[in-house]
Amino acid sequence: MLDIQKIRADFPILSEKVNGKPLIYFDNGATSQKPQVVIDAEAKYYQEINANIHRGVHTLSQLATDAYEISRVKLQHHINAKFSHEVLFTSGTTHGINLVANGFASILKPGDEVLVSSLEHHSNIVPWQMLCEKTGAVLKVIPINEEGELIISEYESLLSEKTKIVTVNHISNALGVINPVKEMIAKAHAVGAAVLIDGAQAVPHLKPDVQDLDCDFYAFSGHKMCGPTGTGILYGKEAWLNKLPPYQGGGEMIKEVTFEKTTYADLPHKFEAGTPNIAGGIVLGTAVDYLNEVGFGNIQLQEKKLLEHATKRLLEIEGLRIYGNGKNKASVVSFNIDGIHPYDIGSIIDKLGIAVRTGHHCAQPIMNFFCIPGTIRASFSFYNTKEEIDEMVEAVKKAKTMLS
Amino acid sequence: MTIKEIQDEIIDEFSMFDDWMQRYEYIIELGKSLPLIKEEYKTDDNLIKGCQSKVWLQGEQNDDKIVFTADSDAILTKGIIAILIRAFSNQKASDIINADTEFIDEIGLKEHLSATRANGLVSMIKNIKMYALAFDAKNKN
Repeated sequence: MLDIQKIRADFPILSEKVNGKPLIYFDNGATSQKPQVVIDAEAKYYQEINANIHRGVHTLSQLATDAYEISRVKLQHHINAKFSHEVLFTSGTTHGINLVANGFASILKPGDEVLVSSLEHHSNIVPWQMLCEKTGAVLKVIPINEEGELIISEYESLLSEKTKIVTVNHISNALGVINPVKEMIAKAHAVGAAVLIDGAQAVPHLKPDVQDLDCDFYAFSGHKMCGPTGTGILYGKEAWLNKLPPYQGGGEMIKEVTFEKTTYADLPHKFEAGTPNIAGGIVLGTAVDYLNEVGFGNIQLQEKKLLEHATKRLLEIEGLRIYGNGKNKASVVSFNIDGIHPYDIGSIIDKLGIAVRTGHHCAQPIMNFFCIPGTIRASFSFYNTKEEIDEMVEAVKKAKTMLS
Repeated sequence: MTIKEIQDEIIDEFSMFDDWMQRYEYIIELGKSLPLIKEEYKTDDNLIKGCQSKVWLQGEQNDDKIVFTADSDAILTKGIIAILIRAFSNQKASDIINADTEFIDEIGLKEHLSATRANGLVSMIKNIKMYALAFDAKNKN
């Protein structure tokens, strides 16, 4: 059992006031708050070991390099990758997806197919559309049912020897649905297609095991898992990373440069051109340590309680509909009230000190499917409480009264 | 009334409220008085970009003045556009172009001008001024 008050004390922002009210932060799906250890680690890096990495022979550069590489190994163990050079530091999920999509430009031929799901964030749609425009490949879409779940039988019938890559999120950002990715990966592999998993919304809630999933790529962001903004990881199987061409050219990613020809560095450096976000990369390791100390079992238990409580309490409100009602869900509730625009509710409950997200959540195809302009999304983290949810329910009721 | 006089009147009305809730309730009320755009004008061309909710705005010339009508699918947005239309509709193009929009600040809607606010208040003002500029240019020709 988590001592929630003790956990909350780790996050200084949770005692801030917004619009004169104690902050109730339910926009964790957009970004999580940061514990003091993470904030301190960022400062400590600049105060004590700031230097450029991988090139200097001086002590400080060695210390910074060691810290950065230790963090890579931490992340490797966290996701159970086979090798640390399969773990690339990126600026976030979007960067990771673009890196892979860009690499596939040299693999795809006209008529090849790329399979995305209807549940994707725009950042897992647009790079693939761009890839298809460039290569003449065709983008195919896995549909969802009324509960917001991917229709697996449709997925199976879309898979063929033309499918070269399947890209799907582990957990949907807009609805919180957990997708059966392990099963989907096995099915894609059966037709020889590679699979990229967008893990941005999964990593705050669970510890992905990339070897067990057997995914070819797994991309996620640090800032959604208590880490700094502008950090992220792209996991790729060694064979794939060797096969893909570099994404960006520059320093750090080369073996030898002449004006006639440049040879590229080995993994992971081939994909890490330029000076990276060194502090961020190191502190992402601190964030992972923090989450593991709290324990993912504890996190899931607390979040399950919050999800059940929120679902039950919100449904007491007449005319309220929750989108995404599948059995497997993360602690996200996406909802609307009949006849009221989500923007109106969001604006009013913001005034009451509650931070939720309103809009299409960068997933317009899902909103089009449900024929709605957007939803109100409350996404909970392990540091949230049932009392906060009760406050939100009261605020939504108040907004509803004002707006009807 | 001049634009300035109307703006002062709006500031006066809003000064009666001491908290945000009363202000918001009044904005919701004002939305109900919005001169509604005709259904046939609810086209993509008249849709204002930069809003989380949909806002349609249409301007028509009536003698030397511009008359605005609008609509939105969100209630608060409807109220905000109603306030703008009250200030700027039935005014001369040149007056609209030269009018300032400080009164938004004074009625406590400054936060809606911030870039993160997706209600598009900035875009609404820009579109109103664009109409005025276009009519002004047309009249000069």
